[in-house]
Amino acid sequence: MSSNQPVVYDDAIVKKFLGATLLWGVVGMLVGVILALQLAWWPANGDIPYITFGRLRPLHTNAVIFAFAGNAVFTAIYWSMQRLLKVRMWSDGLSNFHFWGWQAIIVSAAVTLPLGLTQAKEYAELIWPIDIAIAVVWVAFAINFFGTIHIRKIKHLYVAIWFYMSFVLTVPILHIVNNLSVPATLTRSYPIYTGMTDALVQWWYGHNAVAFFLTTPFLGLMYYFLPKAAERPVYSYRLSIIHFWALVCLYIWAGPHHLLYSALPDWAQTAGMVFSVMLIAPSWGGMLNGLLTLRGAWDRVRQDPILKFYVVGVSFYGMSTFEGPMMSIRAVNGLAHYTNWVVGHVHSGALGWNGMMTFGMIYWLVPRLWGRKMAKESWVGLHFWLATVGIIFYIIAMWAAGVTEGLMLRAIDPDSGLLLYTNFLDVVHTLDPFYWMRFGGGLMFLTGILMMFVNVFLTVRGSGEPFSAPAAAVPAAK
Amino acid sequence: MSNHTEEHWHRRALEHRSTLFAVLTVFGISIGSLVELVPMFTVENAAAHATGEVQPYTPLELAGRDIYLREGCYLCHSQMVRPMRAETLRYGTWSRAEEYTWDRPFQLGSRRIGPDLHRVGGKYPDAWHYEHMKDPRSMSTGSVMPNYPWLLEWSYDAADIQASMKAHQRAGTPYTDDEIAAAPSKLTEEGEAIVGRLAEANITTTSDKEIVALIAYLQRLGTDRPKDVAKGGE
Ligand code: HEM
Ligand code: HEM
Repeated sequence: MSSNQPVVYDDAIVKKFLGATLLWGVVGMLVGVILALQLAWWPANGDIPYITFGRLRPLHTNAVIFAFAGNAVFTAIYWSMQRLLKVRMWSDGLSNFHFWGWQAIIVSAAVTLPLGLTQAKEYAELIWPIDIAIAVVWVAFAINFFGTIHIRKIKHLYVAIWFYMSFVLTVPILHIVNNLSVPATLTRSYPIYTGMTDALVQWWYGHNAVAFFLTTPFLGLMYYFLPKAAERPVYSYRLSIIHFWALVCLYIWAGPHHLLYSALPDWAQTAGMVFSVMLIAPSWGGMLNGLLTLRGAWDRVRQDPILKFYVVGVSFYGMSTFEGPMMSIRAVNGLAHYTNWVVGHVHSGALGWNGMMTFGMIYWLVPRLWGRKMAKESWVGLHFWLATVGIIFYIIAMWAAGVTEGLMLRAIDPDSGLLLYTNFLDVVHTLDPFYWMRFGGGLMFLTGILMMFVNVFLTVRGSGEPFSAPAAAVPAAK
Repeated sequence: MSNHTEEHWHRRALEHRSTLFAVLTVFGISIGSLVELVPMFTVENAAAHATGEVQPYTPLELAGRDIYLREGCYLCHSQMVRPMRAETLRYGTWSRAEEYTWDRPFQLGSRRIGPDLHRVGGKYPDAWHYEHMKDPRSMSTGSVMPNYPWLLEWSYDAADIQASMKAHQRAGTPYTDDEIAAAPSKLTEEGEAIVGRLAEANITTTSDKEIVALIAYLQRLGTDRPKDVAKGGE
């Protein structure tokens, strides 16, 4: 630790994860658009076992969460933790093992899921040999992560690292507990839990996958990249302390909001609802800390597409963490559960928060990694608008569809006391226009990420003006 | 704002001590996890099993359930009727915890792109399901469900189902070794009953077909509702 030579950061690993993020983002969202088409027009299932909705949907969720969002978070971690701690990653070997291991897991998911090899638990579909591989790769990543922290040259841990740490520690606990099962064959296994116990374990996992895979590491990303792009320090250090610890302690309780009105014991349902409602406070703490970091930089937001991505991303974070607690209230959930409203909520978080934050980060990183400005600078702004309008189409369609079906399915004729719409399919077809509208929105979002893919490809290939990073006016991570 | 002339307590106490920080984080996520999960493993689970009325799936039903899992039916269909008037009117009496006693994995589902299936057992004749899986629109005009023609052609493998039963047994489901050994003949016996009912509707198939197993599973669904409410509450 004594030498004062400049540290040579490992940027090759960052480039790899960034490329993987783009590739799997395109694949996962393409599958999402196909699903959207299948719901609007059933013949798109094609009478082919491997591409029916039931087999493709897990491919979509696994690809966008674990491949797109996962690789995005790893990109953020490998770039920012080296710089925040002023050391190279502890082991290049482990970094590469992590990268290739993770991609191999994704490829095996993409092969097994269409074949119908699945555990049939939402977000935990991957079969047991792949689950073991995930645990092994994660341990390697964790050793490298804590090894790097151990040899750090900066004594204190910046807030982004706290959030990354909660991700590195919590995800394997959730993953292992939820996947404990007895193998029947090489490709099939059955959980050690049954019935409602299995349901509770699964949603404890499922909700906290949202919390510790799609939320906390992205907050870490926000705390590093947003101040960098805005060239301003984080608004409030104290707020970041409070909302970090509150998120860590509260989120873990919220799982039962996925099982309201079910046969789960009432005490567990109530705990899930109460903690979910409380979550609004630390969530908005994070959102405000992000948005207020831009105070005094609003003129730049108007010109800089990267900041625009962040503003929309953080705003959608605020919106979905307002909506989520509302949907956790039993009476509201009674309407929303099972409907497209939930799908709308999911994608305002997924497209709005995870998607936009990732895009902002990539446009900021590419010039710094490859030393060139984006080949097509004008496309960045276009991507921003396509993505934003696409999201708006998507979620408005799903809100409208969700409330419509929720109300129709519960409607009771006041005279007879019987159901108003007895044929389920009448309700299904009322949703047709909304499904087409969502397909349109999804297509726009996909077009946006495709443009980014091409743009990055051209930049890496060598088009684009030389780029040298401006000396940051305010070092964000002090 | 983050201007510190002297160091904040959080920085001194935690940010300089990465191990302590990590331990506290794990502690933070442990409280809620333990409080919610442990009672389910012990008290609640025991309560659900105590009634002892719900029998494990028969070999053919289990085979059908494996197909239900493989095709991802749970991504469009729930198996949980909520205690609300509109739901009990539409589907039947609401779902109880003990009905799921031997469900590994649970299949409550979180979407209703199609209707709930928890009370579908006995609702339609076997032949209806046969035609419906082949071409959903022939039975439900305007349905958006995919066709599953391959289920009519593919055969299940008896040895495979014995492996499933063994794994269930090891996980705690009360299958006896004798039941597992007798599974192949039991499969045929159960299958023939369904094949016979299909024949009455002029459908010819054999007892080893996946569709037969799936029908067995679908007809079992929801038939374990508590006896005292089997007719009421609907
Ligand atoms: C304070 C924060 C949040 C709370 C309290 C919350 C609450 C909820 C509730 C009540 C549901 C509906 C469950 C149901 O009826 O089936 C839900 C579904 C979901 N939410 Fe959130 N939400 C929050 C934030 C987020 C964010 C930021 C994301 C994404 C980045 C997200 C992703 C999801 C997903 C993927 C589901 C669907 C689960 C499924 O049924 O498959 N949530 N959430
Ligand atoms: C072009 C972009 C996308 C399109 C068109 C799309 C489309 C879809 C469709 C059609 C479904 C099935 C909904 C249903 O069950 O009715 C779905 C589910 C889902 N998608 Fe996407 N998606 C996109 C991007 C994403 C991204 C980027 C993420 C996450 C980072 C994501 C996460 C999910 C999740 C978690 C579900 C399951 C929701 C639930 O269980 O309620 N999607 N998506």
